Amino acid sequence: MPKKIELEVVINGQKKAYRGAAFKRLIDVLREDFALTGTKEGCGEGECGACTVLLDGELVNSCLIPVYQAEGARVETIEALAAPNALDRLQAFFLTKGGAQCGICTPGMVMSAWAYVREGGSDDAASIREALAGNLCRCTGYQHIVESVVATVQASNQRTRKK
Amino acid sequence: MPSVSESFLRKEGPEKLTGVAKYIDDYPLPGCLHAVTLRSSIARGVIKKIHFDPAFDWDGVTVVTAKDIPGQNYVYLLEVDQPLLAEHQIRHAQEPILIIGHPDRANAYEALAHVQVDYDEWDPVLTMEESLEAKRLLYGADNVFKRIEIVKGDLDAGFALADIIVEEEYRVPHQEQAYIENNGMAAWQEDDGTLILMGSMQCPFYVHKAMLPLFPREPDKIRVIQTTTGGGFGGKEEYPNMIAGHAALLALEAKRPVKMIYDRHEDMLATTKRHPARVRHRTGVRRDGTLVAQDIDVLMDGGAYVTLSPVVLSRGILHATGPYECPNVRVVGRVVATSTPPNGAFRGFGAPQTLFAAELQMEKIATRLRMDPVAIRRKNLFREGAVTATGQTLRESVGASTVLEKALARSRFADKKKQYARWNQSKRRTSWRGIGVAAVFHGAGFTGSGEVFLRSRARVALSPDGRIRVDAASTEIGQGTTSILAQIVADALELPYEWVEVEMPDTGKVPDSGPTVASRTCMIVGGLLHRAAKKLKLALLNAGAHWPLGREAFERAAARACGSRGELDFVEQFEKPGDIEWDDVSYRGDAYGVYSYAAMVVDLEIDKLTYEIIVRNVVTAQDVGKAINPLFVEGQIIGGTSQALGYALLENAIFDRGVMQNAQLTNYIIPTTLDMPPMDVTIVEKPYSKGPFGAKGVGELPMDVPAPAVAAAVYDATGLFLTELPILPEKLCQALHAQEN
Repeated sequence: MPKKIELEVVINGQKKAYRGAAFKRLIDVLREDFALTGTKEGCGEGECGACTVLLDGELVNSCLIPVYQAEGARVETIEALAAPNALDRLQAFFLTKGGAQCGICTPGMVMSAWAYVREGGSDDAASIREALAGNLCRCTGYQHIVESVVATVQASNQRTRKK
Repeated sequence: MPSVSESFLRKEGPEKLTGVAKYIDDYPLPGCLHAVTLRSSIARGVIKKIHFDPAFDWDGVTVVTAKDIPGQNYVYLLEVDQPLLAEHQIRHAQEPILIIGHPDRANAYEALAHVQVDYDEWDPVLTMEESLEAKRLLYGADNVFKRIEIVKGDLDAGFALADIIVEEEYRVPHQEQAYIENNGMAAWQEDDGTLILMGSMQCPFYVHKAMLPLFPREPDKIRVIQTTTGGGFGGKEEYPNMIAGHAALLALEAKRPVKMIYDRHEDMLATTKRHPARVRHRTGVRRDGTLVAQDIDVLMDGGAYVTLSPVVLSRGILHATGPYECPNVRVVGRVVATSTPPNGAFRGFGAPQTLFAAELQMEKIATRLRMDPVAIRRKNLFREGAVTATGQTLRESVGASTVLEKALARSRFADKKKQYARWNQSKRRTSWRGIGVAAVFHGAGFTGSGEVFLRSRARVALSPDGRIRVDAASTEIGQGTTSILAQIVADALELPYEWVEVEMPDTGKVPDSGPTVASRTCMIVGGLLHRAAKKLKLALLNAGAHWPLGREAFERAAARACGSRGELDFVEQFEKPGDIEWDDVSYRGDAYGVYSYAAMVVDLEIDKLTYEIIVRNVVTAQDVGKAINPLFVEGQIIGGTSQALGYALLENAIFDRGVMQNAQLTNYIIPTTLDMPPMDVTIVEKPYSKGPFGAKGVGELPMDVPAPAVAAAVYDATGLFLTELPILPEKLCQALHAQEN
């Protein structure tokens, strides 16, 4: 048996203790050890982006991160955003603009879009496409996803201006 | 309170957007075994011996082989030729041989590495042409799974009238569905002996039907439940039968729940793909562009087992003429066996293959006649009253001309074509520009008598406390089934969309509304539910309800209508419309109740140094009869176009000795945000009198039209007439160099 390690990681603002294999993938730790199944696996090799989470604020493919690399780090997953009955603005625009179809790429896509919006990304479609290029979607052809993000950025800007 | 034509919000959207929606791998199933599959390493031969490494600790490992199957060893579909597990003969690489289960997924894979199979290896048959030669027999006397012929008029007489005859051969490759959720299934047996299958799928009743011969028991002792499904595109039409059989076999043997989740590599190596095809056209044309004879030969690669190949071929040849009227037609279709993994359903189902050829053939004819490619299409396009190759008169809902004219106008096709001709004349430019158009049709619903045989049923139920529930086996796989069925029912009842619930497909709870395939859900199942809802409305009227109906009044009416019966429900069953006739033997008659139509203009640019092809813009108009939910229809159109642009320009499944060499998303390239151009979509609504609110089908239509438009645009840009997909930069480079030398 591989040697077990113990470490702490802050997941969605909560300190969590992990005990297990050092090389267990972060995606498996999230899904199996902490029952956070919103993070999805699509390819297991960092191509599809369905497992996208934020590690200390940086977008990563959690299928490529061994858990020991997350020691002491802040991890944010789709579960950090909102509940179904209280969607945040970005998720609400995904709903009204048709940004989610089968939904399997959606958590990863929303995380990438969320990071983009949070970092003050512009409402320019080309920049949004660039920011989401690491997340594969086979259903939408992306246009409705891009429109969801454009609408979110524009709504955020309007709110900022009003203040 | 109309629901139809409104872009209501996706019912299950909030769960999907927050990661709460549960896909099969999200269920923990305490105490389950994880199942993995041992697959053949050879393409053809026989199993001599299976070795289990004696040095390995097999404690806790469960192994099942063909010998453990309690019933018959086949996966039921059109034929019963495909075993659940190979026992003796191997007919394709990656054929499943045995299943291994262990409580720890990593240990299951570890055990797999300690099994070795000795084979007697035979020479495989790897190409369609080799199969046709029938030197090595894989199936029957000639390797042909199915041959179908369509004849209209007199071909020789037609060619005698022709001023020119144009011949060409076209080729299209495998395509991987590449749903982002891989295939996955769970299985267990309940204490009362009921076998439960739960997983990612399009057709719960297909799985149900396939389990019966494998695990003989009363039909109600098998229950199939669909979980949230992360894309299908046909790839989860028939394959779930196989994985369900594997999971169930292991679960019965181990007497524990089993979870079987493929990883991407296995899913791409082993599961079905789009049929490769070779299509030959010989067309007789008058000098003015009138088609007088179409002689078309369609050859498809079915892979090692029959699966759905005969019906894929059928839809393929029924679309082989393109949306054009010609008095004299012969289409011969054959699908042959090869020693490769079976090909199967994929959005479009044979039509994208033959329509690619049909549309490029129109380009070729136009060139030969020095005619405008638009003019020749206008001349021959289906109109109301036109007669198809099977002798079907198109009586209504023919949007072919409308979609073509809309796409041309919105894209400023004629202006751009001139503009790009000037652009390309300049030697100083570092790119070529081109614009291409294509027009297609797509039959909605099952082919021929298919819907009559299916006899689909769907139910609308009302409970005394005022819950309206839709029961159907039609699966939500991203396209919006749940929401549009609720919209149709809400509209028929003139009640709010939010009041209508849709049951998750579960063979223990819902009637068999047929498979979720063939662009049939909205038109056929939606139609049944519309009728059922109308009857429910009548029952509410009889119970004294009057509209507009508020919530409290509705609940009172519901209680009165249900009375002491508990639930009140209405089940509707499909009945053949009286004026639709089809003969399966002669292949004459109404092949489909109705067709949808699409036209597309693709505008692209090619770098002269790298030969990179950038699609700058796509303009499309598509006639769907009625858009029940316009946002979802647009989503289908843009998403389907994305898959088809991948088919045209990126997706290159490389096979060597029957094994896919690039079975991963790293080197089987599907479109990203940066590969997809902005799209301009116009929805055209030519209502169909027998569809709910006039709706036809949209699911597959957008897959048919982009590839030929891309090839036409590449032709316009470079003068290279490329007859084979995908059109990769390296192919362009080679072709241009060949042209120069």
